[in-house]
Amino acid sequence: MPRLSYRRALTRALADEMTRDESVVVLGEDIRVAAANVTTGLLKRFGPDRVRDTPLSEQAFTSFATGAALAGARPVVEFQIPSLLFLVFEQIVNHAHKFPLMTGGQCAVPVTYLVPGSGSRTGWAGQHSDHPYALFAHVGVTTVVPATPADAYGLLVSAIRCDDPVVVFAPAGALDLRADVSDLTPVPLGRGVVRRPGDDVTVVAVGHLVHDALAVADELADQASVEVFDPRTLYPFDWDGLVESVGRTGRLVVVDDGNRSCGIAGEIVATVVERVRLAAPPRRVTRPDGAVLPFAPALDRAVQPGRDQLAAAIQLTLKDG
Amino acid sequence: MTDSDPVRLYRTVRLIRRFEERAIELVDAGEIVGGIHPYLGQEGVAAGVCAALAADDLVTGTHRGHGHVLAKGADPARMLAELCGRVTGLNRGRGGSMHAADFGVGVLGANAIVGAAGAILTGAVWERRRRGGDIVGATFFGDGAVNEGMLLEAFNLAALWRVPVLFVCENNGWATTMPVAGAVAGTVAGRAAAFGMPAAAVDGQDPEAVREVTAAAVARMRAGGGPELIEAHTYRFDAHHTFEHRVRLDYRPPQEVAAGRSRDPVDIQGARLPPAVRAEVDAAVEAVLAAAVDFALAGPHPDPATALDHLYASGLTARTGGG
Repeated sequence: MPRLSYRRALTRALADEMTRDESVVVLGEDIRVAAANVTTGLLKRFGPDRVRDTPLSEQAFTSFATGAALAGARPVVEFQIPSLLFLVFEQIVNHAHKFPLMTGGQCAVPVTYLVPGSGSRTGWAGQHSDHPYALFAHVGVTTVVPATPADAYGLLVSAIRCDDPVVVFAPAGALDLRADVSDLTPVPLGRGVVRRPGDDVTVVAVGHLVHDALAVADELADQASVEVFDPRTLYPFDWDGLVESVGRTGRLVVVDDGNRSCGIAGEIVATVVERVRLAAPPRRVTRPDGAVLPFAPALDRAVQPGRDQLAAAIQLTLKDG
Repeated sequence: MTDSDPVRLYRTVRLIRRFEERAIELVDAGEIVGGIHPYLGQEGVAAGVCAALAADDLVTGTHRGHGHVLAKGADPARMLAELCGRVTGLNRGRGGSMHAADFGVGVLGANAIVGAAGAILTGAVWERRRRGGDIVGATFFGDGAVNEGMLLEAFNLAALWRVPVLFVCENNGWATTMPVAGAVAGTVAGRAAAFGMPAAAVDGQDPEAVREVTAAAVARMRAGGGPELIEAHTYRFDAHHTFEHRVRLDYRPPQEVAAGRSRDPVDIQGARLPPAVRAEVDAAVEAVLAAAVDFALAGPHPDPATALDHLYASGLTARTGGG
């Protein structure tokens, strides 16, 4: 089986969709030279009418993509830095997301916002290390966080084909992954997957933290049978899939690289306790409230959810109730 | 093909004028909830610009946007039904005054966020051009928008990529209650010059003058030229928003209002017509609007169970908010 890196999976998804559909165009900063190492080769293959390097005008080119979508394009907008999403939050939420309803269904806005390198990249400090996926789930914009190369390919393809705006967070912590991938296929939006079956507790892990959760599950294998659930899409969330899992295990721990207040972990816990009678109080491992990632590597790591914290949360949940 | 017929131009300004007056009556009657930003006094700008555009050219408007939507050719009855929140409205009652859109006549929406629509229109025109054809676009904005960063970014993108967008600044002197002198450093035309865009100033109270300056810009853009800017000097005859009819805000000197109102685009264009022709147009417009009011008020109210219809074009349904 061929080995595929996460970044090349994104590249393949872009190239395949651009080949399949003339309406797919890519916009972003430094994409002609693939500064984020994702748009590699696309300019040469598809030309500047479809691969458009932009000036540093995030608000304008984000709304430019909205307008292009209104006129029939399926733009993919690449952001090298996750915090740029704060800058264009207005353009995505107030315009791209709201146009279909506000116009009474006269239009669709099929734009994909691709963030290759979300979360901490260690040493990139306060303004380059955020993981704001919960904001988009909160406002109701389809939000995916692929954990594996196969899902990076499959979810990006589905995002591009989706008639609504979709934000694709490609966590920095997953970008260097390689995997044996025999079959590249679209992955449906809104469908989670059980990465590791178990009986005693369900751990929901988002993005790159899926791999930490799998490692912790292995470490604890002699103490407990841990099921790892990867939601893959945070909005719309696969509630039925998760309820099925927690319904079997009766225990829930969520590990999420977002800030704690109003984070996706809070939503996951709330929805599960509305639907499932748990055997023990649920727990969540997140960034702290209001976290700003400090520069020094030890401080950066201290603010992100760690494996030790996750193992402790699992053990507490197993001990309770 | 552009419309230089003075009768039709008069008909458009008169239609917008009377539409707004009838809409204000419906605000007062409680049929239009949330009020409107009346376009009264600025009719010559929308009418003149849109008369120089072709049917498949694209337009975006503003929160003070009724004139743009009507001038581009939307049905006044469906527009008024939209203001009244009926399912027979242009947006099925989902948009209202500030978001009225009619993609069928090239209106990609009034937009309630000041300065936001320029980049959207630039992208739309770029994509249409990428698919072939020679369409152009016109995006309207007020003097308040020229200090919005995203509009200035749009100037840069359109000029850099030579996207044929006409940036139409309706300078009515006031951004809500803020006078231009209190808000704008430099000039509007100076902003265009900074991006290498040609800029023309025009008397926005004269519909013919606006049409002429627009037609010249559109001809250059269709022939391969890049974006241009028109600064139309105009005057808002009425309130920023109809809430001012109840809460008096003291910001415009009465002498200024009187002077502004003395240059009425409806009268300026009407004076170019024989009185009998003008009366005939006026009567026809009254009939159109009487029918529009009847149509609007007869339209069904939307079913609350459909409140989130059209939220997702993909067919995704949102979770309900109840316990």
